[in-house]
Amino acid sequence: MKFTSVFDIIGPVMIGPSSSHTAGAARIGRVARDLFGRSPKWVKIHLYGSFAETYKGHGTDVAIIGGLLDFDTFDERIKTAFDHAKKAELAFEIIPETANKEHPNTARIVMGDEAGEMSVEGISIGGGKIEISEVNGFKLRLTGGMPALLVVHDDRAGCIANVANCLAMHSINIGHMEVSRIERGLTALMVIEIDQNVEDRVLQQISLIPNITKVSKINN
Amino acid sequence: MDVLFHNVRELVELAEKENKLISEIMIEQEIKISGRTREEIFEQMDKNLEIMEQAVERGLKGVQSVSGLTGGDAVLLQNYMAKGNSLSGNLLLDAVSKAVATNEVNAAMGTICATPTAGSAGVVPGTLFAVKNKLNPTREQMVRYLFTSGAFGFVVANNASISGAAGGCQAEVGSAAGMAAAAIVEMAGGTPAQCAEGFAITLKNMLGLVCDPVAGLVEVPCVKRNAMGAANALVAADMALAGITSRIPCDEVIGAMFRIGQSMNPNLKETARGGLAATPTGRAIAEKIFGSALKVD
Repeated sequence: MKFTSVFDIIGPVMIGPSSSHTAGAARIGRVARDLFGRSPKWVKIHLYGSFAETYKGHGTDVAIIGGLLDFDTFDERIKTAFDHAKKAELAFEIIPETANKEHPNTARIVMGDEAGEMSVEGISIGGGKIEISEVNGFKLRLTGGMPALLVVHDDRAGCIANVANCLAMHSINIGHMEVSRIERGLTALMVIEIDQNVEDRVLQQISLIPNITKVSKINN
Repeated sequence: MDVLFHNVRELVELAEKENKLISEIMIEQEIKISGRTREEIFEQMDKNLEIMEQAVERGLKGVQSVSGLTGGDAVLLQNYMAKGNSLSGNLLLDAVSKAVATNEVNAAMGTICATPTAGSAGVVPGTLFAVKNKLNPTREQMVRYLFTSGAFGFVVANNASISGAAGGCQAEVGSAAGMAAAAIVEMAGGTPAQCAEGFAITLKNMLGLVCDPVAGLVEVPCVKRNAMGAANALVAADMALAGITSRIPCDEVIGAMFRIGQSMNPNLKETARGGLAATPTGRAIAEKIFGSALKVD
């Protein structure tokens, strides 16, 4: 079943006008920020398909910026997110693209600061629900509806078991897990959906495991 | 996933067998699926109700959308009703104006509760806050109104669609109106079976409705579609309460809606390429707002 909760039907509470083009866009921005792990200093937002054609009228641009500033779908500050971005010294650029993506409502967020860069691609699938379809070139499928961990690691034997062990020690149950790699023996990514939010100290422990390069999380 | 009901027939049978309200079955399922307590679930829905109430109040004071296409019609309707010469009756027009108010707030980037989507967010609260003045429900009954709506929406979302891009406006405002009709029937003291009749009668009359938003914006004709969704829901609820039944069972009406949505031309499913969006005026509006006309196949 696609819809499991009554609050998928009566909800979300959100700033209008469109659950897909505004609320979904805000969620993509917020998940991107979560994955980056801190406030980026600069961001380039590439919009595709229906997002590119109608973003002005739907406030898709301000909604994504609002999400990057950690605003929820119902935060009134979304409307004036550009002003808040200036205050927060977040430099941004909105780039409507003509290329076609698989899904009509796609946004690609490239962000960074002096310590690093990250790219996140998200799609808005309707009713405010979203999926993250790509992170730093890795194809994946992440709904943002459950807490999740993203672990970038070297493609070596034992990495996956070590991370799973660490979660088990903290009694954290894995609901769904996907692993992917760009090329055998090089960089790989684990996407782990879990049943509860994890504390930062768990993230730190995972990052100390050999061959782990980066750990980020999405809370819910 | 172990749910209590997969379709309207199971929902009604369960409510009848256990002598419970539809809203109660929805609450019990939510407890089961989410693992949260009744109090937590009730509290969250109560917050949604509060948001709906605030949106209606704001819309009745008058708002304008960013594009300037919509706003102010809820006020016009309330002023007209105050003169006392309305033909279709003040309860019905009150529901219509409050549905319009909600969607005008939505178009103006105000805060709303998607029910089941943002574009169809006016129908359920619009009817609720109009019927409230006649039935004098308790706060709990008002929250239950949303659970009853949610139960029917849940079935439609999983067995058909609540997305205009997937099923046209029949899937959005059509579903919202059916959900509202069922909830009105329960609040007015009708049986679970009558709730299902109210839903079926409503949706039957919204089958085939296309999603053709001018300039791709959730404004024209969305605001007025919410108005008529509210009116449709109230009349169908009255018919169901009068004992009128749908010859085609509720689940089959939902199935028909799904198949109609699948066979609908993509130009008529939220792409702004057909219907009202493709009229000369619709295209001129798009060009004025975005500087270029939307592509029409």
